[in-house]
Amino acid sequence: MALITDYLVQGGQMLLILLLAPLLTGWIRTLKAQLLRRRGPSPLQPYRDLLKLLRKDVVLADSASWLFRVAPYLIFAAIWVAAALVPTFASGLPFNWAADLIAIVALLGTARFFLALAGLDTGTSFGGIGASREMMIASLAEPAMLMIVFTLSLLAGTTELSAVARFMLNADVGLRVSLALALLALVMVAIAENARVPVDNPATHLELTMVHEAMVLEYSGRHLALIELAASLKLLLYLSLLGCIFAPWGMTTAGEDLTAYLTGVAAYLAKLGLGGFLLALFETRIAKMRVFRVDQFLGMALMLGLLGALLLFVSRSL
Amino acid sequence: MNTQSLQAVLDAGHPVADHRPWPRVVVTPEIWNTLIEGLAGNVWTLLGLWGETGVVHLAVREEASGMLSVASLPCPDGCFPSVGRRHPPAQRLERTIADLMGLHPVGAPDVRPWLDHGRWPVRHPLGAATAPASPVPPYPFLPVEGESLHQIPVGPVHAGIIEPGHFRFTANGEAVARLEQRLGYVHKGIEGLLKGASLEQAAQLAGRISGDSTVAYALAFARAVEAATETEIPARAHWLRALMAELERLAHHCGDIGAICNDAAFALMLAHCAVLREQILRASAACFGHRLLMDSVIPGGVATDLPADGPDILQSLVTGIRRQFPPLVTLYDNTASLQDRTVKTGFVKPALIRQFGCGGYVGRAGGRAFDARRALGYPPYDELKFEVPLRTDSDVNGRVWLRICEVEQSLALIEQILQKLPSGPVGVALNALGRPCEGMALIEGFRGDILVWLRLNSDGTVARCHPRDPSWFQWPLLEAAIEGNIVADFPLCNKSFNGSYSGHDL
Repeated sequence: MALITDYLVQGGQMLLILLLAPLLTGWIRTLKAQLLRRRGPSPLQPYRDLLKLLRKDVVLADSASWLFRVAPYLIFAAIWVAAALVPTFASGLPFNWAADLIAIVALLGTARFFLALAGLDTGTSFGGIGASREMMIASLAEPAMLMIVFTLSLLAGTTELSAVARFMLNADVGLRVSLALALLALVMVAIAENARVPVDNPATHLELTMVHEAMVLEYSGRHLALIELAASLKLLLYLSLLGCIFAPWGMTTAGEDLTAYLTGVAAYLAKLGLGGFLLALFETRIAKMRVFRVDQFLGMALMLGLLGALLLFVSRSL
Repeated sequence: MNTQSLQAVLDAGHPVADHRPWPRVVVTPEIWNTLIEGLAGNVWTLLGLWGETGVVHLAVREEASGMLSVASLPCPDGCFPSVGRRHPPAQRLERTIADLMGLHPVGAPDVRPWLDHGRWPVRHPLGAATAPASPVPPYPFLPVEGESLHQIPVGPVHAGIIEPGHFRFTANGEAVARLEQRLGYVHKGIEGLLKGASLEQAAQLAGRISGDSTVAYALAFARAVEAATETEIPARAHWLRALMAELERLAHHCGDIGAICNDAAFALMLAHCAVLREQILRASAACFGHRLLMDSVIPGGVATDLPADGPDILQSLVTGIRRQFPPLVTLYDNTASLQDRTVKTGFVKPALIRQFGCGGYVGRAGGRAFDARRALGYPPYDELKFEVPLRTDSDVNGRVWLRICEVEQSLALIEQILQKLPSGPVGVALNALGRPCEGMALIEGFRGDILVWLRLNSDGTVARCHPRDPSWFQWPLLEAAIEGNIVADFPLCNKSFNGSYSGHDL
């Protein structure tokens, strides 16, 4: 019985993130509009956009190969799985043994690989520019991400997220410099990975500066809907990751009663709302950086991650 | 290198009667060549080059003396010595003459069509207007050679709501090796429409050449008509025109400052500046009945007088902007991430700016202190106190700052105009000379100096009118500005130029 409940909760979590992802994107857009004194669309607008796109026909470029058609499904699947692995409102769920940080990084890397391939596939110059920029960003963001993983695994003794979250909930973790550095680095990586200002502009009208939008320029209809949903899921994933590692308060463990689950969900929603607000505020206050500044930005994230890991070694040997 | 003055050179030609306010001289090919040498030697500045059936006209200005003149070279055989051969700024103008009139510039380095993309029902619409022959071959872009270069075609349809224009980048990764523009997509045949139009229709057309410069174009057209017909308009009309021109400048500078920042994804600035611009447009509508002040300036005066509550509306507008604008300037200056994008981006060599005689914020941000309001001192600017801001950094940041300074100047000008506005009528009937006459005007729009030259028939209709947009000498510099920059910085450079597609394509 408990097993069935656990699987139900796990399934519920997977559905929850799928349903929440567009809302998070919409919430950030609404907040950004209001910060600019515009009324802005309703936070539900991304759902309408997705429905509209799903109903539309797919227009394929003549030069598109099978890869172009398959890529959206692969990307969506990889990111959904990755996002489902991150503990959101409860830890210790059935799939959590697989919720390994390195697995998540690998899944995201796979999705990015196919996205870049799809960008190149049609042979348009924008797709090429986008893919080349995306790869440049990825080649810097992934090492930084791995440094963060090392720091955490050194501290918690595991790369399994559920265990990391439980470790962080322990009162004796205390304030650690390494954790602060890892948090900063993870935020920077999250900004770069999700194509947010200052690395990319999600609301871009400038074809020459786009990164993510340039790669998906040729997509339409249900393909575009899947890619948009995957992008929303990825943003949700990173916010969940930040919440799970650095703010696991309110997270329940599997096997608790319904009230505990509900509290967990409420805490999770509050974390997402706050994260979205902070992101919107940050994006409003900063201009997009030059493309060639991105390496410095992510280099800093890498250095912070490295410093966090080194500090741990140093403090251990003392 | 010739050291003759423009006056001395043109004295050898035959002056044309009834061309005002500056002389027009029919010249021989020898004088024409002397003029070309002078232009190439940067002794004189090219103001315009346009054609008519069998004649080409060249407007030049001598920087030292401020003398302005038009030289006309008859070319009965349809050929004229190329100006672009020695003076590159004339090349696109010559290609346009070849497209529209069918006059051939002999020795021109670039004979590709410019405005004519081969999709018009006629060839040489202002000349022989023959049916197009065979389908035109594809437009050859200039070759770029080197390893691992790739091309990025951008436009003519863009991702934002802007006018169409094609930009062909040749890049090595992100670094731009060459940018080549292709314009002409919004050619509307304005010069053809102006031919034979009544003054009323022509004034309306002139106000629609470039929507964002509607006051400037209407003003240039009206001044050219008044010069041709020797009409003196009342002082109040002059002052009201200046008021409208400054409102237009203010509105578009505010819009531009926000839009440039928005291209660096700093939408906050755009949001604030859009509010300012909206306030200005609403005040314009309340005072003169049109948000963009379209058809407000007409030959002979202005269409509407300032209403009784107008001065109060405008004074409170100025006071409001004086309060809201400085914090925005501080925000621009203190946002390091934004400064990082604008400073040293899109640098244009001052020597190029001088050579192209580039006006407006592009010219003045690059050290060329030409402002038609000051240089020509047309009324009422001869009685107003204002400064012509000048910078030498010539980058995106410089062009933003130049606009900021001009906003402050325009605010001061509006206040002065409101204080000193003379009373009296706001328009007169134009003189009917009963003979063909020619007029010309050079005025300062928000984008730069606009030249309008026209000839009126004896019945008062327009025989030929040529409006020259400041963008003619700004667009080519954008190609130079992006050199050495990265592809992703092009939107910032482009927006800081904000060239007119419509005014250029005619």
